[in-house]
Amino acid sequence: MAFHHALKIQEDVCMGCSHCIKACPTEALRVKEGKARLIAERCVDCGECMRVCPVNAIFIEEDDFSRIFDYPHRVALVPSVFIGQFPRNIVSRKIYSGILEEGFTDVYEVEHSSGILMELINNYLDAKPGIRPVISSFCPAIVRLIQVRFPSLVDNILPYKAPLDLAGIYFRKKLQDQGIKPEDVGVFYITPCAAKIAAVKSPVGEEKSPITGVINLNTLFNRVYSVIKREEKGYCIVPEKEQLLPEEMVWTLTGGEAKHVKGRCLSIDGIASAIEFLEKLENNNLGNFDYLEMRACDEGCAGGILATTNRFLVSERLRSRVDQYYIDKNEGKIIDNKNITKYKDYIAGNSMIGGIEPRSIMKLDEDIVQAMKKIQKIQKIRGYLPGIDCAACGSPSCRTLAEDVVQHRAHTSDCVFVAIKVKGGEGMNQVVDFTEEIWGKERFRNMLPE
Amino acid sequence: MKAGYASSNVKKILNQLNLDPVFIRRIAVANYEAEVNVVAHAFKGVMKVYFNPAKIRIVVEDEGPGIPDIEKAMQEGYSTASEKVREMGFGAGMGLSNIKKNTDQLDIQSTLNKGTVVEMINYIQNSR
Repeated sequence: MAFHHALKIQEDVCMGCSHCIKACPTEALRVKEGKARLIAERCVDCGECMRVCPVNAIFIEEDDFSRIFDYPHRVALVPSVFIGQFPRNIVSRKIYSGILEEGFTDVYEVEHSSGILMELINNYLDAKPGIRPVISSFCPAIVRLIQVRFPSLVDNILPYKAPLDLAGIYFRKKLQDQGIKPEDVGVFYITPCAAKIAAVKSPVGEEKSPITGVINLNTLFNRVYSVIKREEKGYCIVPEKEQLLPEEMVWTLTGGEAKHVKGRCLSIDGIASAIEFLEKLENNNLGNFDYLEMRACDEGCAGGILATTNRFLVSERLRSRVDQYYIDKNEGKIIDNKNITKYKDYIAGNSMIGGIEPRSIMKLDEDIVQAMKKIQKIQKIRGYLPGIDCAACGSPSCRTLAEDVVQHRAHTSDCVFVAIKVKGGEGMNQVVDFTEEIWGKERFRNMLPE
Repeated sequence: MKAGYASSNVKKILNQLNLDPVFIRRIAVANYEAEVNVVAHAFKGVMKVYFNPAKIRIVVEDEGPGIPDIEKAMQEGYSTASEKVREMGFGAGMGLSNIKKNTDQLDIQSTLNKGTVVEMINYIQNSR
């Protein structure tokens, strides 16, 4: 099975350090021949490697912007965090207009569909009291994390598509009802993260995504911001056709989803927090919860790896947009006109995702006898290794090196300390002495049989 | 009180075998409960894991007060946990019954003021 990953390593920029291999929550990276290498089936596209890379060697592949012009109808599906990238004095209408200036024929905020999803979630919880907690399917990095690291929890994942897909389904149908041929419509999602790209290119539990292509959020931000600045005066501002509701504006921020779900709900953000929680959930020792909102980025999508503005500012900006909504509403400036609700039944009918399969990255062998032999071998190899997790071998820890050795991806002598012990000699012994001054006397004594 | 380290490491190893996730989860739950019991009641304990292609056998042996009445302790809701332990959200009296629910074969040997040995066996063929 092939996995599409939007995260790419630029080999000419990568300087071969250990930051990314240590940061990866699924141990998907190794350094080989001086460059970081990705083990594709392990990667969940969370983007943690990109955050820690000191030389920006990791980037997110995107569709060529000019591709939008292949379609007579070009829809920009924008997440509300996109609006939050801009300074507060630039109103959403102005941002929409800038997006249209850049060549799109329609702009639609993804979260318009979240109200319909909310209803689906609450109905699902009522219909399935036996499945608890239900885990949100919203963040694709979390869905993939559960598949590869917490396979026993896949049945807890909500079997509904994310707002992005629902909005795409809606907009396609809406244009189709206006007599526009489906092949003339290009729906482009403006993504704040790599995981959403992977979700579009190789969806989990869906045959085909309604999304045609993906544009990185920072790319469109730079284009739109420069248009807005350039055309400050005499700028044509289109009226807002459909107003996003306040709860929809902050839906992708931490707590935005759980707030509207009935019962006992938790909001968990950040991939390390998610792993810690899922680990405990597998042991059944956290008590009973109805629903878990779980996102791989701190502050939810505001913390997306492609955001240009600091996540706390984005979050504040969106909350002030909510305040502004109520001010406008009091002044009678807001006409609640949500066209999407007319398509509720159609969207709901197309909202289910198929089975989400576990695909454990942890199993050592399909054959249990072989796997048991490998576990014994790993334990033995770990006894030789120093246990300091220095990553000089190119694996993130001594344990992963031992696993790589039994999987024929590495050699025990990739460990510099083992190599020193094996090669021996006067000079080498001195090296051991020096290293022991740092890591403690006798630390390396028992590593290899003399 | 920090419990869960040993059982979490055991879970990591079980995950490396190509076993049914639900089977692993049952062992993880039982194992975690056994570990919590040691931390909550005993002075020290050892967890040993034996496996072969037929079964996973885990033995948790502790030095502690022992269980005066094992049958009673197996009942749901029965607990001798201290106030301090309960405040931390443990000691609801579900431990041993939870272990029983999640193991194919359970054997508990206890000597008062000496310690307890909990032996849990899960058969791999039952998981497929």
